[in-house]
Amino acid sequence: MRRFLFAAAAPVGALAVTLVITSIALILFGSNPLEAYGDMLSHASKLETQVDILNRATPYYLSAVAAAIGFRMNLFNIGVEGQYLFALLIAAQVGSLVALPQVFHILLIMTVAMAVGAAYAGIAGVLKVTRGVNEVISTIMLNSIAISGLIALLQQRWQAEQENFTSTTLGTNPIDESGLMPNINGLLEIFTRDIGQGKELTGVLLVAVLVGVAYHLLLTRMRFGFDLRASGLNPFAARAGGVPPKQMIVAAMCLSGAVAGLIGMVELADTGKFSPNPIKGLGFGGIAVALLGRNHPGGMVLSALLFAFLDVSSGILQNTEAATKEIVNIMQGIVLLVAVVAYGVTKRIQTREEARATAEALRSSEPAEVLA
Amino acid sequence: MRKKSTLILALLAVLSLLAAACGSDVADVASDAADAAGDAAEAVEDTVDDAMEDDAMEDEDADHSADDDAMEDEDAMEDEPAMADSDTTVGLVYDIGGRGDLSFNDSAAAGLEKAQADLGVAFTEASPNNDGSDRAELLQIAADGNPIVIGVGFLFEGDAVAVAAENPDTNFAVIDSSMLDFSQDPPGPYGDNVAGLVFAEEQGSYLVGVAAALKTESNQLGFIGGVCCFGLIEKFEAGFRAGALSVNPDIEIVSQYITDAPDFDGFNQPDRAQVIATTMYEDGADIIYHAAGGAGNGMFQAAKDYSEDNGSKVWGIGVDSDQFNTIGAVDESLQEYVLTSMLKRVDTAVFEILKAQNDGAFAAGPNVYDLSVDGVGYSTSGGFVDDIVDDLEAAKASIIAGDVVVPTDPTEVG
Repeated sequence: MRRFLFAAAAPVGALAVTLVITSIALILFGSNPLEAYGDMLSHASKLETQVDILNRATPYYLSAVAAAIGFRMNLFNIGVEGQYLFALLIAAQVGSLVALPQVFHILLIMTVAMAVGAAYAGIAGVLKVTRGVNEVISTIMLNSIAISGLIALLQQRWQAEQENFTSTTLGTNPIDESGLMPNINGLLEIFTRDIGQGKELTGVLLVAVLVGVAYHLLLTRMRFGFDLRASGLNPFAARAGGVPPKQMIVAAMCLSGAVAGLIGMVELADTGKFSPNPIKGLGFGGIAVALLGRNHPGGMVLSALLFAFLDVSSGILQNTEAATKEIVNIMQGIVLLVAVVAYGVTKRIQTREEARATAEALRSSEPAEVLA
Repeated sequence: MRKKSTLILALLAVLSLLAAACGSDVADVASDAADAAGDAAEAVEDTVDDAMEDDAMEDEDADHSADDDAMEDEDAMEDEPAMADSDTTVGLVYDIGGRGDLSFNDSAAAGLEKAQADLGVAFTEASPNNDGSDRAELLQIAADGNPIVIGVGFLFEGDAVAVAAENPDTNFAVIDSSMLDFSQDPPGPYGDNVAGLVFAEEQGSYLVGVAAALKTESNQLGFIGGVCCFGLIEKFEAGFRAGALSVNPDIEIVSQYITDAPDFDGFNQPDRAQVIATTMYEDGADIIYHAAGGAGNGMFQAAKDYSEDNGSKVWGIGVDSDQFNTIGAVDESLQEYVLTSMLKRVDTAVFEILKAQNDGAFAAGPNVYDLSVDGVGYSTSGGFVDDIVDDLEAAKASIIAGDVVVPTDPTEVG
């Protein structure tokens, strides 16, 4: 119970501090904070907006899990951005080339995306263990190589043959209907009224849930997850304990990349091709979401939803003119910063309390009892 | 003590973040993104002239009469300065970055304000997230409260089609896209409530071609296109050539494109534009017209460098917005090399479609804005073409009168 309180105190406190600071900022901008928050909440209370939020939170969550797998063993995979965009392109192209029954078609596309993401992230892992290249540097480089190099090049080569270039026809050849992940409106509508405005709840949400559960089981129930955490906490101790460090690094990078490969599936289910303007920045957004969610499978759900909610609020704030839409970015930044500070503070308090408890125990009793 | 310093540090950190966020950073990022988006917007306008002409033919009579009506109304409006009050409200969604981009978005905003002043149209405005992920959401929010929704830039094409299908009672207009469904045969509008607002770029290019031919001393001109072979930028080249040759049939015009479609990077490569422009100036051209979006800045830089190195002044001609002003915001020293700019009047398009909506004359499919409605034009900022304005106005009048038909295909021009 005490541990849970400690864990919850930081994010709740961070959110409260964020609201205070944002309110001050809003007042300075000449807006009424209560009006702005009211508009955001009443907009978010609509079912259609909730679908938007879930659709936005899904790629954020996948991206956060991808980053968190690395963070858990002190690997900073900054390359999620390049990995998911590259995986999206290859998966879209492969998917357009085949015609299969729906289940196999979707599975093939997802497998290709995960494999490409894993392989591309694996490059950074291999470079680290064989040549000692810091993965931060190599993944940033690989981002540039993927986005400005490989994608730009292959995108041209695979541009669908056509007479008329319009923004709707640009991109790779469209994937057959059978390769597109269906929406899961029906699943949500069991609990709610029918979803209007033609909004579709992405089926990738289910994949994200599975990934979250798998991530949780990996960390808590599997040997690999234990090795991963051990390597992160103390690589030398882990090594002494029989965890092969090189294999762990490569495996963790590949796993992180494989999850990253799934990020683009949300967009692919929607557009059915690699469009010339894919949604970028999700890889970096995921790092923030992972930090805020403390790499915890449940915590990241909350932080992904929070970020998605803030993103989606930007439209309504502009429409009602209750506040400038930049307030959304400001809130995202502040909540992250305050949370990191709060985590630091609670950790320090926790450590001090533990130290005091140990000291008291040492003072008041025999050493043997403490050990026991 | 420790506690206190930690607290102060934390507060400082938060405040600095706040300052950074409120400060120029956000605006910079946003305007960069907007530039890129604007350039891309030019890149992918569909231009199947045949298809459009076929379509236009059928509606031609109707269009003309509508135009005439519109003209008359406008005159009437000028006579009586009364501020009309209209039931029409509009939700306008800018491209990424919103107001302040000195280009498409600001021009759209100007049209919006004119419609508010002249027609009494009330508006709400919005711009997407930096990654553009919420375009459809913004269109839907705008459609919830307004009879007409405008998307600034072709990037709204796909989302506008989808949202329009769900909101049949709301009209949608997208700037810089014809909004033609090419899966139909012949291509037609996506729906009765979907219009595309496009421009007769060849007519504006003709006028700056005339200006270049009148101003050149070496009788050599250059043209730099951003991206070749998807049917849009050729219109600029054809108009420019035709305009220049109409003044002097012996004039020499070299043209070069930075990239070929579907590689649209040409619009974002000022370095390559600079290399091409430098070569053209060295080969004797003294005026170059660019239709290369953001890459065009490289051309103006080349004009400045060449002029300073060789002591003989060379010029560049801008495109889309009044580049004397837009480039002045980036680097004032380049202003004196902007002879004129071919204007794409997004403000006119916004105003005209709102006027049509107000008059109950919203027309689905492509709405082409040409010289007759000031949909395209040339700029006089800097005063470098003040001495030839009469010639330019004469050329403009003869195009509007139909005496000159500007070609859209450069291979048709001598």
